[in-house]
Amino acid sequence: MDGKRMPEASAWNAERASEIIAEHAGLEGPMLPILRALQQEFGCVSDAAVRLVAEALNLTRAEVHGVVTFYHDFRREPCGSHLLQLCRAEACQSMGSEDLAAAVLAKLGVGWHGTTRDGQLTVEPVYCLGLCATSPSALLDGEPLGRLNLDKITEALEEARAA
Amino acid sequence: MTRIFVPKDAAALAVGADKVAARIAAEARSRWLAVEIVRTGSRGMFFLEPLIEVEMADGRVGYGPVSASDVASLFDAGLLTGGAHALRIGKPEEHPFLSGQTRLTFARCGIIDPLSLGDYAAHDGWNGFARAIAIGPQAIIAEVTKSGLRGRGGAGFPTGIKWKTVADTAADRKYVACNADEGDSGTFADRMIMEGDPFALIEGMTICGIGVGATKGLVYCRSEYPHAGKTFSEALRIAREARYLGPNIQGSGFTFELELRMGAGAYICGEETSMLESLEGKRGVVRAKPPLPAHKGLFARPTVINNVLSLVAVPTVLDRGADFYANFGFGRSRGTMPIQIAGNVRYGGLYETAFGLTLGEIVDDIGGGTQSGRPVRAVQCGGPLGAYFPRSLFHTPYDYEAFTACDGLLGHGGIVVFDDTVDMALMARFAMEFCAIESCGKCTPCRIGATRGVEVIDRVLAGVKPAENMVLLEDLCNTMKFGSLCALGGFVPYPVMSAVRHFREDFVPRALAAAE
Repeated sequence: MDGKRMPEASAWNAERASEIIAEHAGLEGPMLPILRALQQEFGCVSDAAVRLVAEALNLTRAEVHGVVTFYHDFRREPCGSHLLQLCRAEACQSMGSEDLAAAVLAKLGVGWHGTTRDGQLTVEPVYCLGLCATSPSALLDGEPLGRLNLDKITEALEEARAA
Repeated sequence: MTRIFVPKDAAALAVGADKVAARIAAEARSRWLAVEIVRTGSRGMFFLEPLIEVEMADGRVGYGPVSASDVASLFDAGLLTGGAHALRIGKPEEHPFLSGQTRLTFARCGIIDPLSLGDYAAHDGWNGFARAIAIGPQAIIAEVTKSGLRGRGGAGFPTGIKWKTVADTAADRKYVACNADEGDSGTFADRMIMEGDPFALIEGMTICGIGVGATKGLVYCRSEYPHAGKTFSEALRIAREARYLGPNIQGSGFTFELELRMGAGAYICGEETSMLESLEGKRGVVRAKPPLPAHKGLFARPTVINNVLSLVAVPTVLDRGADFYANFGFGRSRGTMPIQIAGNVRYGGLYETAFGLTLGEIVDDIGGGTQSGRPVRAVQCGGPLGAYFPRSLFHTPYDYEAFTACDGLLGHGGIVVFDDTVDMALMARFAMEFCAIESCGKCTPCRIGATRGVEVIDRVLAGVKPAENMVLLEDLCNTMKFGSLCALGGFVPYPVMSAVRHFREDFVPRALAAAE
């Protein structure tokens, strides 16, 4: 997930979606680039998008659905305005990421994959960001954060909300 | 105009490198000082990040770790003339963490502007390519074979033999697929290369393409690495414009085109056949072998699949010669390995060295023990599918064979350090849980075994027939190890069983543990 901020996501537009599909259709194995681009534009890969992709690539809807649901990145509905991806892999665990994540989730009042009630923030687990010597780490709207503690995350979230 | 180097490696950004760069620019402006800020990759000394370097007549002087609030005091101390300051580390290459390394693959990383073709060429870039087109495909493969280079992605398969298989297989077209789906926790070497020296990967893949007769390459980069993806795709554009990619590269008569593909968050796509499925636009479900990808790979065409580190080692092999490369190393593990020291460690970072150091030297001497200051209890080598090593195995030499002999694997070169607060039963449980989350679902031992594994460990910890369930866990691990289709289910027994074998005292009912 590129963590593109969701306010930039546009409302569903079949014409625009078809353009995006056409832009990538010439690639060898165009499915993933198309799905990624659609999600980038619309914030998720909806049923309507699945139908269009299936038509364009001459596949069944079931086949496209199978691909969309296989990969953790693709979402069927948009996430909150901001996306926090907290790393739960071993290197971060060695630096206390599980306790930190529990504290963050408790503070926000959400569970993993949950969105705060104001729709502002979605929190997701991620398994390794390659920031393993500056653990615990996270991505906030696609930007890396390292050597995290609760204060630093709180500050970063406040900055993001204010921006 | 004084040049100041500030990394834009994601790990440096994660600890505030952008804010430091902005503050340096502002501070210089307000003091009427002329500085040029050059953004580089990282030297790999993450404990010093953000590590800034100032160019002097006789080399660079480093300061780190710098936070934005340090910048004014650095200028006060005479930053531009290498002035004394508490954060001054002297010449970076003389720092003990760097001076002991043999940097072949990472020779340029952290030094050059990653997107400057001029910098790349000035630091031996394209020399390997020049020799490759001079000696031709057969000699390229002979050279790589002779160097003893083995796949740095984890399996350690001889690279030259793989290339020869693809070269010898007749087909209408062939592919080079680079595995940059670096999903193992504790590893970041591929990311550092793509962000810090992307042209080296382009050069390595081009040489491979010429060697095996492939005209198209694809790099499969994980989506958790958005910065690596951005830098590499920019590098592709620059290389294409300068005719280092495309038809008739640099007038050599060889054609090679390269594309970047981003994954979509599936650990299994680091498995080579699953990666091929994903590149073809399908679910990342593992393929049964045979056929080998070298015979029938991407779109059923002969395909070289190599890790970033294997491909980036190739320009050095060609430029300096096979003997030069093979001269480093130990036993059948030739050349250098970029070891990544991570987790709860004092001096975490990338340490490229010839094979043969002991694990203890890496963790205690180079890594400096834990960051928490507590004793090292366990290290996990080779990612989430790698074994946990106790201190009693710290004499093990860091090479493919020695690690295999004690039921471990080097994997992609990651080492994650844990202090004595780690609960190894929970780490074993996590290994199973991770496997359950990431299993592609094709084979039963992995798909069902991983979930059953979590349940069995939970029963042990809940005090439900713990002795019987420990026997069951071992039996389950055997089934997964020998019955799984690929290394996900097949290797997850390594972390689990190594935890059981070396840290059995942690596998006790939690009520009992609390009472003790």
